[in-house]
Amino acid sequence: MLLLKILFRNAFHNKLRSGLTILGIAVAILAFGLLRTVISSFYAGVEAASTSRLVTRNAISIIFALPISYAEKIRQVEGVKIVSWGNWFGGVYIDEKNFFPNFCVEPTTYFALYPEFVLDGLEKKAFLFDRKGAVAGRKLAAKYGWKVGDAITLKGTIYPGNWDFVLRGIYRGRDRTVDETQFFFQWAYLNEAVKKMAPVFADKVGFYMVGLSRPDVAADTALAIDNIFKNSQAETLTETEKAFNLGFIAMSEAIVTAIQMVSFIIILIIMAVVANTMAMTTRERTGDYAIMKTLGFGAKDISFLIFGEALVLTLTGCLIGVALTFPAARIFGAELATYFPVFLVSADTVYMDIAAALLIAFLAAIIPTRHAIRIRIADGLRRIG
Amino acid sequence: MALPLSYSIRNLWRRRLTTSLTVAGMALVVFVFAAVLMMAAGLQKTLVETGSSNNVVVVRKGSASEVMSSIERKAASVVEMMPEVATGISGQPMMAKEVVVLIALKKQGEEKASSHSNVVVRGMQSESISLRHQVKLVAGRLPRPGSLEVLVGNSIAKRFQGVGLQQTLNWGMRTWTVVGIFDAGNTGFSSEIWGDVDQVMQAFRRPIYSSLIFKLKTPDAFDAIKTAIEKDPRFTLEARRETKYYSDQSEMMAKFLRILGTTLTIIFSIGAIIGAMITMYSAVANRTPEIGTLRALGFRRRNILLAFLTESLLLGFLGGAIGLFFASFMQFMTISTVNFQTFSELAFKFTLTPGIIVESMIFALLMGLIGGALPALRASRLKIVDALRAAT
Repeated sequence: MLLLKILFRNAFHNKLRSGLTILGIAVAILAFGLLRTVISSFYAGVEAASTSRLVTRNAISIIFALPISYAEKIRQVEGVKIVSWGNWFGGVYIDEKNFFPNFCVEPTTYFALYPEFVLDGLEKKAFLFDRKGAVAGRKLAAKYGWKVGDAITLKGTIYPGNWDFVLRGIYRGRDRTVDETQFFFQWAYLNEAVKKMAPVFADKVGFYMVGLSRPDVAADTALAIDNIFKNSQAETLTETEKAFNLGFIAMSEAIVTAIQMVSFIIILIIMAVVANTMAMTTRERTGDYAIMKTLGFGAKDISFLIFGEALVLTLTGCLIGVALTFPAARIFGAELATYFPVFLVSADTVYMDIAAALLIAFLAAIIPTRHAIRIRIADGLRRIG
Repeated sequence: MALPLSYSIRNLWRRRLTTSLTVAGMALVVFVFAAVLMMAAGLQKTLVETGSSNNVVVVRKGSASEVMSSIERKAASVVEMMPEVATGISGQPMMAKEVVVLIALKKQGEEKASSHSNVVVRGMQSESISLRHQVKLVAGRLPRPGSLEVLVGNSIAKRFQGVGLQQTLNWGMRTWTVVGIFDAGNTGFSSEIWGDVDQVMQAFRRPIYSSLIFKLKTPDAFDAIKTAIEKDPRFTLEARRETKYYSDQSEMMAKFLRILGTTLTIIFSIGAIIGAMITMYSAVANRTPEIGTLRALGFRRRNILLAFLTESLLLGFLGGAIGLFFASFMQFMTISTVNFQTFSELAFKFTLTPGIIVESMIFALLMGLIGGALPALRASRLKIVDALRAAT
């Protein structure tokens, strides 16, 4: 109990230094937390993906389409409950800077397949009845101030020209992990226009979304679908939605790895700062430790003191850092909404913050502790004068 | 009369552990700072070097990349006959009508994973190679025109499965043989596969070109042909200088790196500045009697201020030098990732430029200066009597 009291007194003895160290740790933990959140946001699409859905696309690569006639064939495969399809539209709103994902989909089946996109019954009806109708996510609509009934024009990058839509509904996510920045419209609208413009590209589908009756038949069903179209003009590649999304991230893996590395470097930096503080504190207190040793305190007590002090500093800093991470993530997320539609601090991130703080305290205290334990009483006392 | 530099150096040496910990922290910050800049510079360099300012790229209006573009044969012939297009020795227009598609290939060492990367396949014509002076054959031979033979860029050959010499690839129900490997230096072409344009069109059932690349007859003819192409009512195409075209493609990625880089550096530098501050404050506290003695000897306040600032600047300098030293090794690393904008594979190197060295060094010195300013000020403000009294 006495030691504990000394420990706290020691930790805040030099107020300026302790304050600076705690501030440093708080900033580092904040940075670490933000970087981990960036990484987990990269994987947000994978986390949100369902295991009971498959995605079928052209085996050559995602830019090649599949004939619409495949829909019926896929529907006949055992284990398939529902088939929907869509195309990546790649439209631009006013300026290229305003990027958001936009697709055309087969509307009835799509909303049945994706219950996480919650659309009001009346709005859904209006969307289904309007060939030029479109549905936008809540965040997207808020960003551009769209209201139901507004006319929206997208400039096509893949399909040339200006495309007019009428916003018929605004969907919400079932929970906070759902991407609310997407834009959907009817596949038939696109197809009819393409038929007039370039008949070669008509009746083509970018990808099929396949709903399964049971998640455990995923692997067999995927194989069965690919087997139907083997050796045809357009071979298919079917994988679970999770694997499909993971494939996109794997492409930019180098960046994820770089961010991961950088997040560990910040821990190293702050470790150097804390180790420095601890080294200075113990050097100044060499005399104190010598006196304690004379009084009969052992190596265990002294290491308890030093480790405890390091822990008090890092954990205080960690708490402040974690508390700051949440508002910072909100600002950061708003700034980077184009890249990361879902930017949430996960519980894992907080655990990792605490683990990092413990690690910093432990490693920063080792050398000074060894030094304090090893020093001979006479030498230690001599340092006072 | 200023305090000699050796005074500051000796002080740093006296407190080696503290000095090295502070320097290590700063070096790490400078390392990250330099690495992010080097990454952005490498990306830019790769995409800028990919183009030549004498070449013009024509794509369909509004398409962000060649993959999305489509140009009909008829329109291509019209552009080919324009007077601003340079002609070769045998009188043929120096233009390549190309088709660009993406195919999914597996990277090496990822045999088990189902992940793929998108690689550009460029259907080329005989002029394609002569228009890109960076492209050099390093192994094998050129494909015969009209055959199912392909050339592979060296970044792809190194990193992907099944694209070595004489290996075969399967797309569009045909088998393609790799007959040559080319090196295009630090350009985006190194991350591409080149085959015969008509064969690629047939295999992927795209009876249209993606882009036209031609050389200008005179470098200043660009404005004339740009207006001629973009005003022509027969088609909706747009022309850009090749350099502009490729730097536009790096915009989104460069912006991402910039935002990430600035955020990181700001946060990291706060950590390092705090480290320097702690060190310098304790340097001042430990040397209070010494400062008193110096003052009593006749050194002025600004001499003391300067001495402590020099000391912290030295810390910054050391940190900067060590950080840059390690960052320079990053030049051996190549990043291979997907360009968000074109959705295709792109390999680029970390590039250290003189500008980055200067910027990093200024940044390091600035960290030292900011960290040392308050402690140095405190040292110079000490009263002689108080400082001397602290000795006992």
